[in-house]
Amino acid sequence: MARGIKDKVAILGMGCSKFGERWDSGAEELMLEAYKECLKDAGIDQNQLQAAWFSTAIDEVHVGKSGIPLSTTLRLPNIPVTHVENMCASGTEAFRGACYAVASGAADFALALGVEKLKDTGYGGLPGGRGGPLQALWNASGTAPGNFAQLATAYMTAHGVSGEDLKKAIGHVSWKSHQNGAKNPKAHLQKAVEMDTILNAPMIASPLGLFDCCGVSDGAAAAIVTTPEIAKALGKHDIVSVKALQLSVSNGSESGHNSWDGSYFHTTRIASKKAYEEAGIKNPRDEVSMFEVHDCFSVTELVTMEDLHISETGKGWRDVLDGFYDADGKIPCQIDGGLKCFGHPIGASGLRMLYEMYLQIQGKAGARQLKNPRIGMTHNLGGAPRENISSVAIVGRYE
Amino acid sequence: MVGIVAFGAYVPRLRLNRQAAYDANKWFAPGLRGLAKGERSMANWDEDSITMAVEASRDCLTSHKAEDVRNIYFASTTHPFKDRQNAGVIGTALNVEQNLSAADIGGSLKAGTSALIAGLNASKGGAPSLVAAADKRMARVASANELNYGDGAAALLCGTENVIAKLVGHHSVSMDFVDHFRGDESDFDYGWEERWIRDEGYSKIVPPAIKAALAACKLKGSDITHFIMPSLMPAVPKQMAKISGIAEGAVRDLLGANLGDTGAAHALVMLVDALEGAKAGDKIMVVAFGQGVDTLVFEVTAEKDKLPKRKGVSGWIARRKEEKNYMKFLAFNDMLPIEKGMRAEFDKKTALSVLWRKRDMIYGLVGGKCKVCGTVQFPRSQVCVNPNCHAIDSQDPYAMAGLECSVMSFTADSLVYSPDPPGYYGMITFPEGGRFMADFTDSDKDQVKVGAKMRMTFRIRDNDTMRGGFKRYFWKAAPV
Repeated sequence: MARGIKDKVAILGMGCSKFGERWDSGAEELMLEAYKECLKDAGIDQNQLQAAWFSTAIDEVHVGKSGIPLSTTLRLPNIPVTHVENMCASGTEAFRGACYAVASGAADFALALGVEKLKDTGYGGLPGGRGGPLQALWNASGTAPGNFAQLATAYMTAHGVSGEDLKKAIGHVSWKSHQNGAKNPKAHLQKAVEMDTILNAPMIASPLGLFDCCGVSDGAAAAIVTTPEIAKALGKHDIVSVKALQLSVSNGSESGHNSWDGSYFHTTRIASKKAYEEAGIKNPRDEVSMFEVHDCFSVTELVTMEDLHISETGKGWRDVLDGFYDADGKIPCQIDGGLKCFGHPIGASGLRMLYEMYLQIQGKAGARQLKNPRIGMTHNLGGAPRENISSVAIVGRYE
Repeated sequence: MVGIVAFGAYVPRLRLNRQAAYDANKWFAPGLRGLAKGERSMANWDEDSITMAVEASRDCLTSHKAEDVRNIYFASTTHPFKDRQNAGVIGTALNVEQNLSAADIGGSLKAGTSALIAGLNASKGGAPSLVAAADKRMARVASANELNYGDGAAALLCGTENVIAKLVGHHSVSMDFVDHFRGDESDFDYGWEERWIRDEGYSKIVPPAIKAALAACKLKGSDITHFIMPSLMPAVPKQMAKISGIAEGAVRDLLGANLGDTGAAHALVMLVDALEGAKAGDKIMVVAFGQGVDTLVFEVTAEKDKLPKRKGVSGWIARRKEEKNYMKFLAFNDMLPIEKGMRAEFDKKTALSVLWRKRDMIYGLVGGKCKVCGTVQFPRSQVCVNPNCHAIDSQDPYAMAGLECSVMSFTADSLVYSPDPPGYYGMITFPEGGRFMADFTDSDKDQVKVGAKMRMTFRIRDNDTMRGGFKRYFWKAAPV
């Protein structure tokens, strides 16, 4: 295997806008909100930036294509700006670009910024119909909840889990995120919710009810990265460095070959294994302090915890019900509220997850601060269970 | 000897309860009470005359190879396209293209019999001809037609080998007797007084036509075992039979109780219904009235009993789901300006160039089978999907429409726009290999389960109303 980028890149600064239904802001205002915090935190001048990566996934409903919207909004000094899109995993993709620029020596300071402005469409949920002209002729007319609901039916079938047990487990996933989100002033949803409310909510796509689905939010998040050496030279303490960045993309076998049973994420299993290897993590259940995973739907989080090799396959629902992933559990998951409550502005989400890890490791997470976390892992998924992009990042204290 | 070599039919699953329709409209049209009994077939929102004709043709071809068909005639008064050959869509859906002559026949309720005459004549030289007829008839709210009409299709394969019903003879007259019409600017029929139609139309035009047909066939009225004559006036066929010396017992049921009059298809639907139970030696007379009269006479042969079983009219009628919601009937027929929400607004423009390149995939449901590893896959692609193979340019076309599949995972989605919510869809897998995420149709909560057996059916996927109604067709999975 290649040597990887462990400890070659440090996060110099981060910023994140308030997520939510930001009727007051367009994508430009959200970008600037995250960027101002990020630049101040990094403590450098804008003219020191040498490259930028810009992530949005559904840009046709807000900024449009290319790197120009970022460059013009921030008035960047005519540096290279690359627009990246990898569905809901776009945010991590921007971060990956910036990290590789620094790790390669091509840039000393690189910016990654993700944004999505979804609440100018006039309706709830994500816009549909974004396939090409051939897909439009045959792809099932599904929605995101409908695609992920099938993960639930396949999971129950594969592991003999009853509908009632699964509903309770995925209900607990959402309950826990609401508990956490209530402590996060930047979260879209900041209200704890009773289990009964969750279990009795209207059905969106069976068996997923309203509280099994994350919100659709507006927001932006940003990171400026450099090398640990430069960070130190700038007088930074408590440096957070990148331990691993891995991406795995479906090649059609899940959606087209009968070897996949629909109950797990093939790509996440691959990406996480490679990430542990890159980071030198032997036993993730003991070594990872906290997770931010892609809980676009409650069942996604449950299954992901198995595919990240933390819970045993088919047993993740038991760990969930045991409180293993709660704020006071063995490995807290979605301590910031997750996509469920912090919100899910598509192109920003991967960076938002890293923002929480960055704050936690530096002890700056306020009311939701965990005790002495050392290693944080994010998992950012784009697409549907049958065809997706799974990106995994591991960050931690630079020692 | 030319004649019919196979038959098939199709009736949509939904049956509108006529009492429910009457109850909704009796405030306005109390006079319809006499019609408020039984049920009529009702096309699902994703069915039209093309999709129904495809299903009837598949039923007909249960026993025969589609690729042997050399002519397709498609009769309807509700062809989905005015200019774009509708019969050609059926041909592509059946994966017949090469050496095929295709024609649409319409304009009159006797289009079905006219197509059958054309098909029989075209087959005399031995080239098998498929004759399909279907109608999805529109009628105004609170009209008698609304209760009398039905949606359905029939298909007959004509040829010279293993004929099950040989053509004894046929006769036609053509005259511009306008009992009803539907102009270019209307979706609905405009009809004249029934008594005039009966006395000046049927009574004066049909008996001489039957007489001429019998003479041409060298038969007497009493020789006829099954007399088929669609009419919205149930007494009329009996009167015509009586005048012609045909036994009252020979007059076939109009299938009004649980199907309704299927328009241009109905004479052929009734013919299929008669053939299902006919015995060798039976003589069948088919009469269709519509700006003239077509009359055909067939004699059933001993081959009929050798024809493999198919669903036919009786089989499709037995598959039914009662619909008591008249509002749903209106919505499915686009007679109700229902609030569809913004999710229904997505542009449905079809790239015709893509459709042409991929027509076997989209209309024929043709996938691929890898020559190297044997894996069946959909869609057919240049690189094999099998993770242990990935051979390049290794796949032969593989037709999948006729294969039974099963549900691997599914959902009932209340968020997606569907004219019949919730939208059912899921991953279907084929036992020979191959899978894809498919829309489901004709599905209910208690039928769709993991592991449930499904059958592929050709349906409307979208209707591009921005461009005058370009229907996109594709295959959906329906519970077996």
